[in-house]
Amino acid sequence: MIWSRQLRAQPLFREGMHDFLPQALGVAAWGLMTGVAMVNSGMSVFEAVAMALLVYAGSAQLAAMPLIMAGAPAWVVLAAGFCVNLRFVVFSLHMRPYLMHLSRWQRLATGYFVTDNTYVLFTRRFHTPGTTPAEQQKQQAHLTGLSAANWLCWMSASMVGIALANLIPTRWGLGFAGILCLLGIQCSLASSRLRIVAAAVAGMASVAAYALPLKLNIVLAIAAAVICALVVESFKSDASAGGRA
Amino acid sequence: MKTMPTDATDLWTLVVIVGLAVITVVSRSFFFISNKDWHLPHWAERGLQYAPIAALSAVVVPEVVMSHGVLITTWQDARLFAAAAGIAVFFWQRDVLLTIVLGMLVYLPLHIGCGW
Repeated sequence: MIWSRQLRAQPLFREGMHDFLPQALGVAAWGLMTGVAMVNSGMSVFEAVAMALLVYAGSAQLAAMPLIMAGAPAWVVLAAGFCVNLRFVVFSLHMRPYLMHLSRWQRLATGYFVTDNTYVLFTRRFHTPGTTPAEQQKQQAHLTGLSAANWLCWMSASMVGIALANLIPTRWGLGFAGILCLLGIQCSLASSRLRIVAAAVAGMASVAAYALPLKLNIVLAIAAAVICALVVESFKSDASAGGRA
Repeated sequence: MKTMPTDATDLWTLVVIVGLAVITVVSRSFFFISNKDWHLPHWAERGLQYAPIAALSAVVVPEVVMSHGVLITTWQDARLFAAAAGIAVFFWQRDVLLTIVLGMLVYLPLHIGCGW
């Protein structure tokens, strides 16, 4: 935890912050754009700041914004957010052995700060979980340093984005950058043929069912795509289901 | 619930935002919330491989190919070219940031300049 002086005194805390640096530009640009997109989507400045500070998940924020503004019911917004976040569920399976020596509250507080970047950098640095308390504390210090640097970078860029958004006319359509960002993440997940099939099915189903009330087309499209992919997978057990999410 | 763009903050939106924060904690900690060792059923674990890309696609595709709730019938739409450029750049450079930057470089001139 960041408030533990003992962790911050570890050399690996600084090393973690340092290891984050190569990612800083990308994270800052994405945070800036998310900040601009939140305000441009019609959220008030207070709502945008609250969303940035509390939700702390760019792709879920970008996916939730149009749904919130279209007046979709809360459960649909939350379900869409959870589905976009499902890659973190897969990460948490991998992170479990690294964190089980902590108390539950410490695990939840640590987990909240595990983003795409920190997960990749941390597991790249430590291929196996620590086996002694000293090793475990070193790993925790590194993860805390990564998380602190990532949080600072993302939050400051988000706040600048929110502040600048009002200077930019909505008709420029800068909010489309948010869609391009989701599109980029979508492409990065397209690691197997069946995943591409799932994306295609979901896209078509979402358009075809667009007239459904409550943005239920999103829920229906995810269900249709997952069922299609699982059915095809069970028929073609040799298809490479590919990679981690 | 919002019916028109407004600068006012409403309670419902804040409740949803708090809910999304809970979703962040639950999804990022999913497999280490419980102290017990446990596993998802096999089909659910397989489903996890496909749900994230499906969710993104379900949100993104209508935002690119529809306006006012109907499929667009013209190719003169800046979003189509920007999305195509973005996808091409991603598979060339494998970089989400470049996808956004080059996609917007295609989008803005067409959208503001040509009114597409």
